[in-house]
Formats: sequence, C-alpha cells, structure tokens
Amino acid sequence: MIENIKLTLNGKPISLTVDSDRPLLWVLRTDLGLTGAKYGCGEGYCGACTVLVNNEALRSCQLTMKDVLNKKVVTIEGLAKNGDLHPLQKAFMAHDALQCGYCTPGMIINAYAFLLKNPRPSESQIIAEMDNNLCRCGAHVRIIKAIQTAAQEMGGKKK
Amino acid sequence: MNNDQIYKSDFSDNASDFQMDRREFLKLTGGGIFILFSLWESSPFLEELQAQGRELPTDFNAFLKIGEDGRVSLFTGKIEMGQGVITSLAQMLADELDVSVENIDMVMGDTDLCPWDMGTFGSRTTRFFGPPLRAAGAEARWVLLELAAEKLNLPLTELIVENGIVFDKTNRKRQVSYAELTKGKRIERKLTEKVEVKSPDEFKIINRPFLRRDARAKVTGQAKFASDLQFPDMLYARILRPPSHDAKLIEVDLTAAQQMEGVQIIHEGDFIAVLHKYPDVAENALQKIKARFNVPESNLNENTIFDHLLRVAPEGETVAEGGDLTTGENESATIVEGTYFDGYKAHAPIEPHTAVAKIEGDRVIVWPSSQTPFPAKEEIAKALGIPPEKVRIISPFVGGGFGGKSRNRQAVEAARLTKLTGRPVQVAWSRQEEFFYDSFRPAAVVKIKSGIDSEGRIRLWDYHVYFAGNRGSQHFYNIPHHQTLSHGSGWGGAPGTHPFATGAWRAPANNTNTFARESQIDMMAARAKQDPLEFRLKNLTNEKFIRVLKAAAEKFNWKPAPTPSGRGWGIALGIDSGTYVATIAEVEVDKNTGEVQVKRVVCAQDMGLVINPQGATIQMEGCITMGLGYALKEDIHFRGGQILNENFDTYHIPRFSWLPEIETIIIDDKSAPAQGGGEPAIITMGGAIANAIYDAVGVRVYQMPMTPERIKEALTKSDRY
Repeated sequence: MIENIKLTLNGKPISLTVDSDRPLLWVLRTDLGLTGAKYGCGEGYCGACTVLVNNEALRSCQLTMKDVLNKKVVTIEGLAKNGDLHPLQKAFMAHDALQCGYCTPGMIINAYAFLLKNPRPSESQIIAEMDNNLCRCGAHVRIIKAIQTAAQEMGGKKK
Repeated sequence: MNNDQIYKSDFSDNASDFQMDRREFLKLTGGGIFILFSLWESSPFLEELQAQGRELPTDFNAFLKIGEDGRVSLFTGKIEMGQGVITSLAQMLADELDVSVENIDMVMGDTDLCPWDMGTFGSRTTRFFGPPLRAAGAEARWVLLELAAEKLNLPLTELIVENGIVFDKTNRKRQVSYAELTKGKRIERKLTEKVEVKSPDEFKIINRPFLRRDARAKVTGQAKFASDLQFPDMLYARILRPPSHDAKLIEVDLTAAQQMEGVQIIHEGDFIAVLHKYPDVAENALQKIKARFNVPESNLNENTIFDHLLRVAPEGETVAEGGDLTTGENESATIVEGTYFDGYKAHAPIEPHTAVAKIEGDRVIVWPSSQTPFPAKEEIAKALGIPPEKVRIISPFVGGGFGGKSRNRQAVEAARLTKLTGRPVQVAWSRQEEFFYDSFRPAAVVKIKSGIDSEGRIRLWDYHVYFAGNRGSQHFYNIPHHQTLSHGSGWGGAPGTHPFATGAWRAPANNTNTFARESQIDMMAARAKQDPLEFRLKNLTNEKFIRVLKAAAEKFNWKPAPTPSGRGWGIALGIDSGTYVATIAEVEVDKNTGEVQVKRVVCAQDMGLVINPQGATIQMEGCITMGLGYALKEDIHFRGGQILNENFDTYHIPRFSWLPEIETIIIDDKSAPAQGGGEPAIITMGGAIANAIYDAVGVRVYQMPMTPERIKEALTKSDRY
C-alpha cells in the first residue's frame, strides 16, 4: 500500500511516499541512495544489511517500511559525526579488521548496538553477539580486537 | 614446479584485441611521464602468454603515470577483492619511485586504462605483476633523475631523491620536485628489462607493515561495489532460472508479470528477464512468472558422486616419478593404503555476482564484480557480437572472490539487457543464484599406497588424484620410489563428469591434495610408532620445508609423542604459489556428538621477500579461518544438477564461534623473490585438523568435510593404527 512513512534517518526526520510493504533495505539503497547496507543473502542469515532501528541492530532485508514508521533508523553512513569517525570505525581501520569490506558495515552496526547494551563485553560475549554476522574473508580475529579497542575507547570517553 | 599450468585451460579464448584508439588513451590520461608496457622478453608474464598461444600484447597502456601535479597513477589490470594488493602494489611502486604511498592513486581493472591482464587469481599479483611494476617505477625514477640533472645542472651521482623531491646531495637547498619536472611534458618510455630495481637494503617502504588503504572507504559505507552503482533510469533485472542445471523450459506464462506496473519483460528463447526501477519489485514480478521445466532424473548426489568420478576418470597424467615402485614395495616393511574424499565446496563470497552495464555512444561500459576484467571484455564483445574495443570494463571493489568470480556470466547478462532495453541495467544475483551458478571446488578422490622400512624411512609412494587437479599433488619428501598421477583436470573435464560447473577455489587442488598427502604421512608415522614431527623431519631434505616446520613446532611448543597421544595435535606441511607452509592445529573432539572445536592454530610460512608483512599476516589469518570451513562443515548437497544448498542456513561457513587462537609466523627471506600470499596458508588446514582429530580420539577421517556424523561413524569402526 502506498503510504506516507515518517521516520528519522541518520538523525534527520524524513517523510516518504512509498509502498509500505517494500523492504527497508531496498528503499534505503535505491530511493534514498544509501548503499552502505548490503544485500548478502536476503533471508537474514548473513548480517550484511544490518541497520539500527531504535538502537537495535536489525536485518533491513527482513523489515518493511511499515516496520520503521516513526522509528529512528541509523545506517553506516550515519555513524560518523561531522566527518569524525565513530570509535568503532577507527578501531576497524587501526586493526585492519576487514578485507573485501562487504560485510563491514553490518559488522560495525551490529557491534555498535550491542556495545550500547554492554559497554564492557568479554571476548566470549563479543563472539556470541557477532556470531550471526558472516565474513568470508576471515577477518574475524581482527574484528574481535577492533570491538575490544572501541569498547575501551568509548568507555574511556564516558569517564 | 608448474602448478599454475592448471589455470591455462580456464581462459581458452584467443588473443586479446588492443585496438583502442591511441588518441583515446591520450585524452583519458592527459600529460605527464608514462612508463609503457613493452616486450619483456624474459618475463614470466610473457612466457605465460606464449605458452597459451596468445599473441604478445601490443598494448600501449602504461603501468604508471606521473602527473603534472606530481601525483602518481598506478595502472593495473588487477582488482581489489580483499586480498590487499591495493596497498602492496602501491608500496612496491612508491619505494622504487621514492615517493610516499599516500602519493599513489590506484587505477585498477579498467580495460581502457590499464595494461592487459589475465585476471586476479592464483596468488600471482605480487609474483608476476610485481616485478614489471617495480621495474616501471625504477625506470620512471631514472627519467626524472635525468631531467633533474639537466635542470639543476648537476651530474646524476650528485643527486638524491626523497619523497618525490630531487636534491643536490651537498646542498639540499638546490632541489626540484617531480611535479615541477613533469610540468608541461609528455614523456613516454618503454620498459626495458635492463632496469635495476632496489635491493633489500635500500627498501624504505617495501617489507614494512602498512594498513589497508581502502579501509576508510569501507568502514564508512562509501566504498563502491558493483551493486552500489546507480545511474539515472537504471533498471534492476531478475532472470528466470531453471531449477536444475540440466532442466529444460517447457512452458512459461508471463501474463501476471506483464500486468505489473513499470515492469519490462525481455523474452529471448530461454532467456527471460524482468526489469524494474526497484529490485524488490523486479523480484516480485519474477515470482509471478509461471514456468514449467523438465528436470531429468539423476541418482548423482554427494554420496554417489565419488564412485561416479572413479568410473569416468581418464588415465592419469604423470606429474612426477622416480625409482621403481616394485623395488619400493620390496624395501618397505609396512605398506599403508588410504583413499581420501573431498566434496564440492562453494566460494560463497558475501557479495553475490553483480554487474551494472550501460551504453555510452557506440560503446558498452560494464562494472562487474569480477576477478577477470579483461577476459570479461572479450566475453561481452562475443556475446553482443561487437568488436572488443567497443566494450570497456571498469572494476569496482569486489566483495570477495576466492576464484569464484573468474567467470562473467552476470556481466554478459547485464550487457545483453542494457543493449536490449537501451537503459542502464543492474544484474545482482540472489544468494540462491550465487549457489546455483557457482563454479564449485570439484569433488575429488585421492588414492595413496605408501611404504616405510623398519626405521620409518619412506620407500614407496604411489599417488593417484582424481579430478582435484595436480596443483600440490607432488610430494616433497625424500622418497626413492614414487609416482604421482593426476586423473582428470581440476575442472572442466569431459561432459558428464560433474553435474554442474566446477572451478578454481582458493588454492585449487592443493587443499584436497595436501589433506590426502599429510593424512597419509601421519598414518605412516603412527604405524612406525614415531612422533609425526620427527617422522617428517627424518623424511625431509628440503631446507625450506624443514625451516617452516621447525618454526611452527617451536612456536607451538611441540613435545614429541607417537599418535594418538590424546592431546589432539596435528601437523600438515605444504607448498603453494611458491610459498612453504607448516601448520599445527590443536583440537578438542566431543566423542558423544562428534563436534570438533579447533583450539589453536600455529602457522609458519616462507614466502620469500614479504612486500607488506601486515597484509601477508592478514592473508594467513584469513586462510586459516576460511580453511576451518572446508575441513569441518562446507559441503554442497545436490541431486543431479539441482543444488540443494540455497543459503547460509544449510551451507555453513566459519563463524566467530569457530575461531581458534591463531598464531602466524612469516619467515622473512628478503633475498628470495616474493611469492604468493593469498592462498598458501589455507592448504594445510584439512590435513592438520584430520591429524589432530586422529591424535585426539584415535580415528582417521578420510573425507572432508570432517563432519560430526563422519567422526562419530569413524569412532564406531575399529579402524585404528
């Protein structure tokens, strides 16, 4: 059904006239030109399309526009503030925690959401929280280190 | 060793065409200093072309350009898919030119601008493109020094270069920058083979660790992959696919799809595509197509395939031989026989095959996720019936390849559709299509008969590999009586061999061969009641193998004991792309469930000169992590030409929870030529884990993946040495 959908996208309120049954992933990528969230499997198994919805990491290929009505959606493009990268982005760079980079936006967004809930995760908690985000290149060991570094950095800032 | 011969059959189309108008190149590249490709008579690159019966390239595209602003453009037909050559190639050129890495702009995989290239695979970039690139850098530096000498009125011996600025050695105030020297000039030099590159003691950038240069783009979501490219009026296409590779379309009803608003349908024989400005609407339209296919019955599946392969296998081709097998058998006190199996594996990059195509004037421009942009150009030209110079390929970032993006079906589809619709078209395969059209790592069988004397010296080695391919099939132990035969190539083969496409999968053939060989070596060590490390050392003479093996053992803190020791330790040794690898794994096996957890992996490799130690380490980690998958879980299930794995719920690739503690060692041999780094460390994972499982629970698993079911089954048998 064509509806007017209001939501906050990367901190800005927007209003879209769109078929509300369309998947969030494709509306983000085509109508809105935000291509950071990627298609990887289309069924929620890989996590490449992960975005934040009200600070929760969700698979945008499994959400429709209706699902995000009046919600706050953040994509990888919305993480840096005024060109200043988020500590997770910096830590992924410092640790070379990526290879092909296709899964990277989903990895960072997923880590962002769980660090909000658990700012000082143990290594086993990081592994459990990241386990459903797939990477084929084998950057895993560095992704864990990057998340640990970012957690310390973010924790340090709060003090 | 000619491991790479195996690639040659893969690109059988004949000589490339390099007809682009020279003025076009000038227009595209502007002024500056260019170092052009020339006939590098002794280079492996050209030998390879000649061996394939290709004509020598008369390509005038440059390796590099130093622009009037002093910035350096590096042109390479290679693409970046995560392996990190976007950084390591820049390091090579920067060092030879004496500029900073930051000063280098990469132009990768653009067929109008870059020198011809066969493709990015086989751990070849550093080994084969590296040497001419470095020579081009050295040549350019020489040209600039000559210009500087003239400008500063000094002899060459009085000049030094730092960071793109040429100084008078004795008076640093007298200086001139590369940018000033280049201004207003267009100088072209052909690369000759006489250029001297830097020696290891002169390196400032090569052999130093550098972080990825593309990381910022990739952590911010700005990096462009094929699917991220959008053009005004672009249509997304979905294509009707058969349920099985041998299925035939009987009838199709497009009515419901045709009635959808904004949907365009292309129907040419069996090629049926639906297009829409939104990919999800195109998908909905595809779902509305009613199609009936005839699917032939088949009894081929993941269990029956091995008997089938042995049945259709051709005579073996001799890869290596020496001594006399009968003598070897007579000299052996113990004979060990093993038959090993490996199932089909998917490449499963997280980015499925994608391409965007559009018409510009009388040319077709295609942006594909492809490891082979130049062959893609030829394939597209052929499919469209236009001359190759009417096609341009521009390579975006590629979201993982692993050998799977060497064919360009999706690029041809996008090109066809842009020609038929007159609009830009994106073809992005679904995950299901990605599994269906993958060129799988072939299922394969290895049969080995080997013998040892009473002191545990190997006397006999009779090795037959069926359909894996010969890469890595040669043993490297000190064995007087031996033969190695390869039956059937790694892919292709006669029709009826495989029920679907097979192809190169990260270190093709070598994963299967190394698993079989190193399992067999361990079985012999167990029969001799000798420690597997000592057994290997006793039977090795090659210093490089001994060195990597000792390095890994020392780091692992290996303590000798015959197997099975109950500790769950396993060793495997191998060579790929010129790089020597030793891996030691520690596993824990749950005897009730058969589940294996790999606790620790120590891997040592000797890859000659290391261009970027950071990048090389990361490739090793990636290989070790990816290797867990083929060793333990990855297996394609199929019924004839029908692929039953359609997504990641049934095809299990490694996850965070599978991770062992990973320790890597690189033996830095600066005096030796740089060897491959993207593939070698994956080859030993199957063998090291198989041997560790045996050491843990005393049973041998002969088939990969070594699933819990197979381990439990082995535990119920009395097959113990």
